[in-house]
Amino acid sequence: MSYYFAIIGTQDNPLFEHEFGTSKQGGDGQARFGDQARHLNQFVLHSSLDIVEEVQWTTGQLYLKVIDKFFTSYISCFMTGGNVKFLLLHQPNATASAPAAGTPGAASTSSASRSSTAVGANPTSPQTEEAIKNFFYEVYDNYVKAIMNPFYKANMEIKSPVFRQRVAAAGRKYL
Amino acid sequence: MSHVGSGKAASSKEQTGLRYPSNGKTIYHRPLNRTKTAELSQAAFAYLFSEMVIYAQRRVAGIQELEKRLNLQGHPIGLKLLDLLLLREPPRSQTRPLTIIALLHFIKINVWTHLFGRQADRLEKSSNPDTPDEYMIVDNEPLVNAYISVPREMSQLNCAAFVAGIIEGVCDGAMFPARVTAHTVGGKEEGEMWPGKTVFLVKFQPEVLEREALLGKG
Repeated sequence: MSYYFAIIGTQDNPLFEHEFGTSKQGGDGQARFGDQARHLNQFVLHSSLDIVEEVQWTTGQLYLKVIDKFFTSYISCFMTGGNVKFLLLHQPNATASAPAAGTPGAASTSSASRSSTAVGANPTSPQTEEAIKNFFYEVYDNYVKAIMNPFYKANMEIKSPVFRQRVAAAGRKYL
Repeated sequence: MSHVGSGKAASSKEQTGLRYPSNGKTIYHRPLNRTKTAELSQAAFAYLFSEMVIYAQRRVAGIQELEKRLNLQGHPIGLKLLDLLLLREPPRSQTRPLTIIALLHFIKINVWTHLFGRQADRLEKSSNPDTPDEYMIVDNEPLVNAYISVPREMSQLNCAAFVAGIIEGVCDGAMFPARVTAHTVGGKEEGEMWPGKTVFLVKFQPEVLEREALLGKG
C-alpha cells in the first residue's frame, strides 16, 4: 500500500505534499510508486478537486471518505472549515503478498492470509475508512496549529519540518 | 540558540536551519484545547486595541479608510478562528456551515462566545425586499468599544469595524464571500439603554444567494 498525501489551498494551489507507504503488516513505510506514477499521482489527485466541489455542498461533514477512483488509485478527501482540502491518494499494491524487504518468508505468508481484513487491502472497507479518518483528524489538529502561527497567511505553503514529521508520524500510526 | 535540550532536535536543526526554542517545544507541541482558563485581561486588550486604532489612524486620510484598515486587521483572525472553533467542536456537531443561517448561527454563538464570553444579542434578516442579501448581527454593547469615546467630528466612526473584519474573515473562509460593516445605531439622548448598540451588516455576494437557492431545491 502506497500513499500520496497533499494539502490543497482555497485557490487549488498545493500547500504541502508527502509520500509514504504503509507501516502495517511489516511494511517499511516507503512508498512504492514508479517514476511515471509520481507525476500521474499529482495529476489524478488534482483532477479529483472537481468532485470535491460537488460533494462539499451535499454534506457538512469534514471527512468526505473516498470520492474518486482512477484504476487502482483511490482518493479520500477531508475538507477543513476554511475550505482547504486534504487529499490522500491510496493505492493497494498489486503485489501485496510479496514479502516486504527484510520480512521473513513465514511471516509474510501469514500476513498475506490476514490481508483481506488489513487496513488498505480493501480501500472502501469500514476499517480503512476509519484509519484514514483518524489520520486526517491528526493532520487537521497539526494543520490548525500551523495556521495559528501569526505569521502564517491563508494559502501559504507549509514548510515546517516539524509539521512534516508530525504528518509522517500520523501515517505510521494509522496507515 | 545556545543549549538545545535533546540531541535529536539539535541534529534536525542543523539540517534545516530551523531555530527551536530553548525548551525544544514548538507550536506543534502545544495543545489547542485550553479554553476554560484562557481568558485575557480586558485592560490589556483595551490598551492593545487602542494602539491598533492609533496605528491605523496614522496612516489614513478619512474615516472610511480607517474602518477599512481595522477591517483588514480583523480579517485573518476570522479565517483562522473558523478552523480553530470547528476543531474544538465535539465530533457530533463538527460540521461545516452549508447555509447562510447555519453560518450566522455559528458566528452568533461560537465566535461571539469565544471572543467576548457571551452570545451576540440578535440576528436579523433585512426586511427590505430589495436587499435579500443583507443580514444583521446586533451587539448591544461591543466589548471592543468599551473604552473608546469617539470625537464629535468623527461620529460616523465605529471601531467595531475590527470585529466586522473578523466576521468577514469567517464568512470568506467558509466560502460565503461577504462585505461586513459596523454601524452605531444607539440613540444619543439621556436614558438610552444601549448607547453603544452596534449593528454588523453582513452583505453577501450574489453568488452566495444563487448557490443557496440551488441547494434549497436539491
